[in-house]
Amino acid sequence: MAQFIIRRIMYSVVTLFILSGTIFLIVRLTGDPVALMAEASARPEDLERVRHLWGLDRSWPVQYVTFMQNALQGELGKSFNYRLPVSELYFQRLPNSLTLGLAATLISLLIGIPAGIISAVKVNTAWDNVAKGVALLGLSIPGFWLGLVLILVFSVWLRWLPTSGSGDWRHVVMPALALGWYFAASMLRLTRSSMLEVLGSEYIKLARLKGLPDFVVIAMHAFKNALIPVFTLAGVNMVVMVNAAVIIEVIFAWPGIGRLLYEGIFQRDFPLVQGVVIMAGFMIVGINLVVDILYAFIDPRIRLSR
Amino acid sequence: MATIPADTRLAARGTGTGRLRAVVKAVREAPLVAVIILGGLILVAVLADLIAPYDPTLPVKGAEMFAPPFWMDGGSLAMPLGTDFQGRDILSRLIYGARVSLVVGLMGTLVAGGIGTAMGILSGYVGGWVDQIIMRVTDAWLALPAIVFAIFLAAMVGPSMWNIIVILGAVYWTRYARVIRGEVLTLRERDFVKLAEIAGASKLRVIKKHILPNVMNTATVLASLTVGVVIIAEASLSFLGVGVPPPQPAWGLMLSEARPTLMAGQWWLTVFPGACILLIVLATQLFGDWLRVRLDPQLRNL
Repeated sequence: MAQFIIRRIMYSVVTLFILSGTIFLIVRLTGDPVALMAEASARPEDLERVRHLWGLDRSWPVQYVTFMQNALQGELGKSFNYRLPVSELYFQRLPNSLTLGLAATLISLLIGIPAGIISAVKVNTAWDNVAKGVALLGLSIPGFWLGLVLILVFSVWLRWLPTSGSGDWRHVVMPALALGWYFAASMLRLTRSSMLEVLGSEYIKLARLKGLPDFVVIAMHAFKNALIPVFTLAGVNMVVMVNAAVIIEVIFAWPGIGRLLYEGIFQRDFPLVQGVVIMAGFMIVGINLVVDILYAFIDPRIRLSR
Repeated sequence: MATIPADTRLAARGTGTGRLRAVVKAVREAPLVAVIILGGLILVAVLADLIAPYDPTLPVKGAEMFAPPFWMDGGSLAMPLGTDFQGRDILSRLIYGARVSLVVGLMGTLVAGGIGTAMGILSGYVGGWVDQIIMRVTDAWLALPAIVFAIFLAAMVGPSMWNIIVILGAVYWTRYARVIRGEVLTLRERDFVKLAEIAGASKLRVIKKHILPNVMNTATVLASLTVGVVIIAEASLSFLGVGVPPPQPAWGLMLSEARPTLMAGQWWLTVFPGACILLIVLATQLFGDWLRVRLDPQLRNL
């Protein structure tokens, strides 16, 4: 087990190393931030001074080593634009993204699990077809368009909910729905296939043979085991949603890390963009590591097979 | 020379009339809704120059800005779906927009599928260090949410339709590489591959004659399911202003231009382009699901 964990951690470190190297290279390959930010009238020696100040005149390997050293100490560099440490900006915005991600996860579970269970219990009936249709729409409706339509209906026409910003729960409903919609479809599909698998297993047949009523079989016996993979996916999805909500955060003016990335891109704020993207990679590699280790604890076959 | 090219497709191909019958059967079983939507959209995209009533990039002469669709007060049949903030005809822009979505969707998928299949085969068949390197890169690239990675690349490279195609290909190939590698790992142990190797076929020949034909089905199914994802990604990038640049008529860009007017209740600017994206993605999903079942009977129970 210890061996499995160590190997798994090493893989994660290599992954992060390649990831940060790739991002670092792409950022450096695509232009000079100083020239882009400076006024046309700026003198060349001033530009040179700024480059030196930001450490951009050193060679790439030196810049990369410095960057990694700082990153490992939790220091992601200083934002060009805000003149503040990137980590400070990042952690200022992170709670908002976590709130939105949590709300979207809840919505995806509230839609996905009941629909998935009904779909599996009433497999190949009209119920099942309706659920399949919902899943198909979940994958086909672009989340950001859903967000725009929600604004149109609930803010412009009905005037029930505020269009944008953050504050109380009313601000969260629409962005969370627009963000969670896509993931609800994947929850639905997984719940359905997981339930179908469990319902076909021997212990469920036994429970039925004992004469237990359908409700007890499904609610007490099948439900518990079928939902393990579903909640695992929900955990992974939540981390993805926290990091991938860029467009939704832009549409609803939600002050999270997605909007921070968007702002950084348009101000060509290299350290900021680099920091936010690398943090996304860290979080997702982290959650995958945790899930793999947890699964190895639960299921010995996994740790022996690798 | 490999003398045992047990070409598995040979048996299935059969005689001429058998093939014709198979084609007729395939047509009859095809998902009608998906084929009609996709066929219609492709036709619209190809014939855009003929059927679009106006130039999509220029305001219609004498037309008002923000004219509503024809069934509402102030709308006219000359501009059936209304006009946008510059007085351009929305229908014409939607028609030309189909071109952008289809070209980016298909080409982006082709690039992703091409790189991914090649990498997957290389990784799975050659193994060793090559496998390690490709798989670690795949892991690293998969660690970023696809859309964040795409936005990041697009912002760095600059907006143009062809850049977007390359970027989306560069983002989505990793999914292919993983799946194809898995397939190749099992194929590599199959008798017909082993026999070809024993018979002295070169690695390249084994890949070309035995591995590639056998992963094509999987690659095709993946492709059919990727097209929709790529189309939504392109729309998202264009919406954020890092995709197809104005004044080109892309659906995502139209949605972005419609945003300021949403508050004024000018819903048609937002609803129509989005509905087009929904329609095209829905059709590719339906088509992909059908293809998946057709090309892999084992999946029918899932």
